[in-house]
Amino acid sequence: MGVEQANSEAGDQLIAAQIARFRDVPGGLLPLLHAVQASLGFIPATAVPAIAGALGLSRAEVHGVISFYHDFRTAPAGRHVLQLCRAEACQAMGGRALEAHARARLGIDYGGTSSDGAVTLEAVYCLGNCACSPSVRLDDAIHARVDNARLDELLAELGVGAGE
Amino acid sequence: MSLRLFLPRDTTALALGADAVAIALQRAAAERDLPLQLVRNGSRGLFWLEPLLEAEHAGRRIAFGPVTVAAVPSLLEALAGDPGAHPLCLGATAELPYLQSQQRVSFARAGLGDPLCLDSYRSQQGFVGLQRALHLAPRDIVSAVTESGLRGRGGAAFPAGIKWQTVLDTPGEQKYIVCNADEGDSGTFADRLLMEADPYQLLEGMIIAGLAVGATQGYIYLRSEYPRAAEILAQAIARARAEHYLGDDIRGSGRAFELHLRSGAGAYICGEETALLESLEGRRGTVRAKPPLPAVHGLFGRPTVVNNVLTLAAVTTIMEKGAAFYRDLGTGRSRGTLAVQLAGNIRRGGLVELAFGATLRTLVEDYGGGTRSGRPVRAIQVGGPLGAYLPKSQWDTPLDYEAFAAIGAMLGHGGVVVFDDSVDMAQQARFAMEFCAAESCGKCTPCRIGSVRGVEVLDRVIARQDTARQIDLLRDLCGTMEAGSLCAMGGLTPYPVRSALDHFAEDFS
Repeated sequence: MGVEQANSEAGDQLIAAQIARFRDVPGGLLPLLHAVQASLGFIPATAVPAIAGALGLSRAEVHGVISFYHDFRTAPAGRHVLQLCRAEACQAMGGRALEAHARARLGIDYGGTSSDGAVTLEAVYCLGNCACSPSVRLDDAIHARVDNARLDELLAELGVGAGE
Repeated sequence: MSLRLFLPRDTTALALGADAVAIALQRAAAERDLPLQLVRNGSRGLFWLEPLLEAEHAGRRIAFGPVTVAAVPSLLEALAGDPGAHPLCLGATAELPYLQSQQRVSFARAGLGDPLCLDSYRSQQGFVGLQRALHLAPRDIVSAVTESGLRGRGGAAFPAGIKWQTVLDTPGEQKYIVCNADEGDSGTFADRLLMEADPYQLLEGMIIAGLAVGATQGYIYLRSEYPRAAEILAQAIARARAEHYLGDDIRGSGRAFELHLRSGAGAYICGEETALLESLEGRRGTVRAKPPLPAVHGLFGRPTVVNNVLTLAAVTTIMEKGAAFYRDLGTGRSRGTLAVQLAGNIRRGGLVELAFGATLRTLVEDYGGGTRSGRPVRAIQVGGPLGAYLPKSQWDTPLDYEAFAAIGAMLGHGGVVVFDDSVDMAQQARFAMEFCAAESCGKCTPCRIGSVRGVEVLDRVIARQDTARQIDLLRDLCGTMEAGSLCAMGGLTPYPVRSALDHFAEDFS
């Protein structure tokens, strides 16, 4: 309880600092939301009224922006985020089979987080690495020509065991 | 003896292990007491050879690739003696047929040096176009762009000069230049390659655009899927500002231009120019009805030029070499060069810049070398997820906007995605609808609802339930989406669907 409250207060301070940074930037809502997510890992519900008040928007407008964009999350992700490219160039090189393998291997669908909290799985439509498909992005690193075995290696490097 | 090597730090090279090779090179050189200068350049765009290592040797650059960590010791030995004897040696980079036969204009500098080195950029004709533009009247810059025949490279192919003229002629205290770097089409990476290999060219093009129309503020809207390009652009902007290419007194001219880098947030629709403007203003990326045109009522309601990365980059060439140089390349109403991106199931994937007019077959067979799987090519999707799938009978179509329009296809941003004979075209048609459903901004009904119904109808087709009637229904739905959607998202999703039905009917019966 005490720890949670302290975390929440620290979070509120971070949010207030980012609001101060972007409130006068023209069209600053997206950079502000990116900054909040970068510092907290997600955009907590408590941020919405604070942002709305500072930017002169309704809470519905802020919520509408958060929910429109795939990048913004309203709950913490796993320790790592694995994005699989679902677009055509990757499909042409076996991307659909790789998607099926990853979902079965992690036991989750897109948007889900593995039971040990290690990996959140997300769909992405193109990483711009289409000459060397299939592509995946693990946190900020993009990997090319990923087959099932390579994906298993990447997951093993994160400590996601074969039995999970 | 000092050794000068080049190894790209481009997204694709990194995705194939370039950093591990770089570490191995530094370590192996240190062990041998060999002074090594390792330049981390951009990519040449010969992606199937990445990581592509180049070495300066006897006054030329010799290429090796794809280089692995395991090959590093033997490479250093070969470089001390006879480089040509190494099994990974490809010969002189400039003489690689894939590169030598291209007409590199916008990509001439890609991969030559450190992308962030301003001296390197200046030593290769960088900022020559800007220097010219600083001494021209705005209308003369716009005239040169109009005379060059340059059309928007994002996909819509609208004449750039007309757009610029409109912004120039529209009164306004504040005007904007917006660079659309939301390169979302699958099978495309030309914008990314240019931004990672030669970022100052984009900056220069945007500054020239600002001078031409009287805009003092610019925004680059970069998709969040490009973290490496974001890093490079942020540094390039800071360095350009430090040397007064940006700011309130560009190189002592008294002219001002400031540039901001903004990140998208994972929405394909924000590649549509009005959705992009909404997003830049801090709102949901929903499409605006046109008119008013962004040229008149654009960012924050002000006159705005919105152009793709490659359109703005091409302007530097037009300023440096003249409108006639650019106009003399190409065919029909498609002037200049097209950056074709070979992707998907292809043996030699990468970037091929050629004057408009080469055939798709030349690109896929001669440059691409057919499929990577070794199986026959069956379908080629050109122009991204809203582009048609072309069967063999259409591969001799020249790469030209009008020639593609004439066969119910589109060149778009130049992405070419190759599929072998294992492809199920009914699944590809279904994906086109599924993608539209996932990425529709939701503003207009034909797109928002039509795409969902399209997936359902295709599911019944795939399950062979009442197939003939479902296909009639699907064609009808395609007509509604094409005629009734506000933008290209709903309006062009029928292209891949119909082309699959028309040319690959056997997959639907």
